Amino acid sequence: MENQEVIQIRDLHRDFQVGSETVHALNGINLKIFQGEFVSIMGTSGSGKSTLLNILGCLDTPTSGEYIIHGTSVSTLNKNQLSELRNRRIGFVFQNYNLLPRTSALDNVQLPLMYNPDISSKERKERALHALEAVKLADRIHHQPNQLSGGQQQRVAIARAIVNDPVILLADEATGNLDTRTSYEIMTLFQELHSKGKTIAFVTHEPDIATFTTRTVKLRDGKIILDENITQQSAATALAEYEKNMKHDQI
Amino acid sequence: MGIINLIKISITALLRNKGRAFLTMLGIIIGIASVIVMVSLGQSSTQNVRSELSSMGSNMIMIMPERQMRGGVDVGSGNSLTQKDLKSLQNTKYVRYVSPSVSSQAQLVFGSKNHSGSLQGVSPDYLEIRKYGMASGIMFTDEHVRSNAKVCVIGQTIVDELFGSGADPIGKSIRCGRVPLKVIGVLESKGQNQMGQDQDDIVLVPYTTIQTRFAGNKNRNNFNMIFASATSEEESELAATEITYILRNNHNIKEGDEDDFDIRTQQELLSTISSITEVLTLLLSAIASISLIVGGIGIMNIMYVTVTERTREIGLRMAIGAKQRDVMLQFLSESVILSLIGGIIGIFFGLIIAYVASKFMNLPYVVSQSAIGISFLVCAATGVFFGWYPARKAANMDPISALRYE
Repeated sequence: MENQEVIQIRDLHRDFQVGSETVHALNGINLKIFQGEFVSIMGTSGSGKSTLLNILGCLDTPTSGEYIIHGTSVSTLNKNQLSELRNRRIGFVFQNYNLLPRTSALDNVQLPLMYNPDISSKERKERALHALEAVKLADRIHHQPNQLSGGQQQRVAIARAIVNDPVILLADEATGNLDTRTSYEIMTLFQELHSKGKTIAFVTHEPDIATFTTRTVKLRDGKIILDENITQQSAATALAEYEKNMKHDQI
Repeated sequence: MGIINLIKISITALLRNKGRAFLTMLGIIIGIASVIVMVSLGQSSTQNVRSELSSMGSNMIMIMPERQMRGGVDVGSGNSLTQKDLKSLQNTKYVRYVSPSVSSQAQLVFGSKNHSGSLQGVSPDYLEIRKYGMASGIMFTDEHVRSNAKVCVIGQTIVDELFGSGADPIGKSIRCGRVPLKVIGVLESKGQNQMGQDQDDIVLVPYTTIQTRFAGNKNRNNFNMIFASATSEEESELAATEITYILRNNHNIKEGDEDDFDIRTQQELLSTISSITEVLTLLLSAIASISLIVGGIGIMNIMYVTVTERTREIGLRMAIGAKQRDVMLQFLSESVILSLIGGIIGIFFGLIIAYVASKFMNLPYVVSQSAIGISFLVCAATGVFFGWYPARKAANMDPISALRYE
């Protein structure tokens, strides 16, 4: 199990036509992500990391090259098949949470399952409750987004991303809108999910956040310039230390 | 996505913006309500006319002699209807009742009271044809007709005029000229007909009595009119054809020559009046449906704004697995639900307004099921038609840019 490839990318290119000019957003990417990895994808803006994430998330298709997710080659799929693939195998976490306003946490988490006709409403609710428990929001299921803090909203978004039991969890600057303390809390949650066997790809531009992952992939100008396994730091420890410092500062 | 999920998603989305949803529905509510009111009032006035006509006997047929013109010269005096015609009309397939009618103006006197009225000589069948009922006493019989009996049956107005209201005139005699007529029955009151004539100002006597005792010699064998009644409302036209055939035969009218009589059925009158009210109803409904179209455009407008406003939501739904079809159906069903709920409220208000208006205008209150059914279908169609364009716009969004939309 440990060495099974969840994602396999071979010589992937993605070009955009801007006016008369062709921009090579991704220029020959080779990448494999294995089951149970926690990968951070780093790079400055314009490095192609958002494009890569869109392709990993099956929101976009490559111009050339091959992308295989969980044994399925994406380039042969039509729009509906891509939707279904996203629905069953991918979980998204966004920087701005993207929760439906005036909708309870429980209903927000159920949303992906609404688009899966194989799941009964009873099972849908059970799985949503389970996902909310996993992000420690079991006591907030009937709260609406505006009644939740930023960190709690992101937890609801994470619950929504894991409710369909995806093969890979894609996070796009998931801590970008949060303060340091809440960022550490969210990273603690991601590490917990990782320790339970989830495969996670985490796009960030903060080197600090990347240290909580097990592997870093660095992009520049549409190419991978660095891909190395790193020693994972514990977010829980970082959080404890941070709080100790804060107390110290106050005294 | 299942239909139940779809409706659930649409309703939750609409409930998130109750005030706006209501304002959007307002156009549809007004449109449907005005259509319902117009159709309902149109139908109730049609029914009003119909019920008044049928109180006169809806399968009644009137046969009148026609003055004959030959080369522009009046050669006949309209005496074409005879005893022979009456006899042959009594043995027909589609005519149930036949009564001749001869009339004579007379001054009616009882004691010191006077009333100027007309005597109508008829046969007992007349009651059935004109749908009169007896309030007291009896109608004269065929025996009275055979014996030219000096009896009469009078209407309520005559009772009031000659005997005073509440008095019992049965058995008393009214003097008409020199002839005393014994009152043997009083008719049930019918009130005015729609032309404003008092239908109770009536004295019925056996037609033979008029012919022998009141008319001159020249009228002995002729009738002013013959009233007949078809076996049913639907068979009025058949009866009219049958009567035409018999009378032409009796009068020896050659093929190609014109009838020397004139036949009028209530059905003709009814269909003329109905077609006028139908055209009016249609016209008013057409005007009312303009407001329905405006309401539909209101829905389109709001849905269009909603789609733009919810771009991020659409992006998110697509990212987590909504297909284009799902997004399209969601917005389409939102607009259909909006217009259907608006339609239901509109039907409700329309019925109330129609009820109040019909009471106000003294018309019968008619609930038109077909108008309700059609309004409902029109609402659904409006929702689909005007929701389609915004829904397609939503479905064609690119999830990546929709997610990043600010």
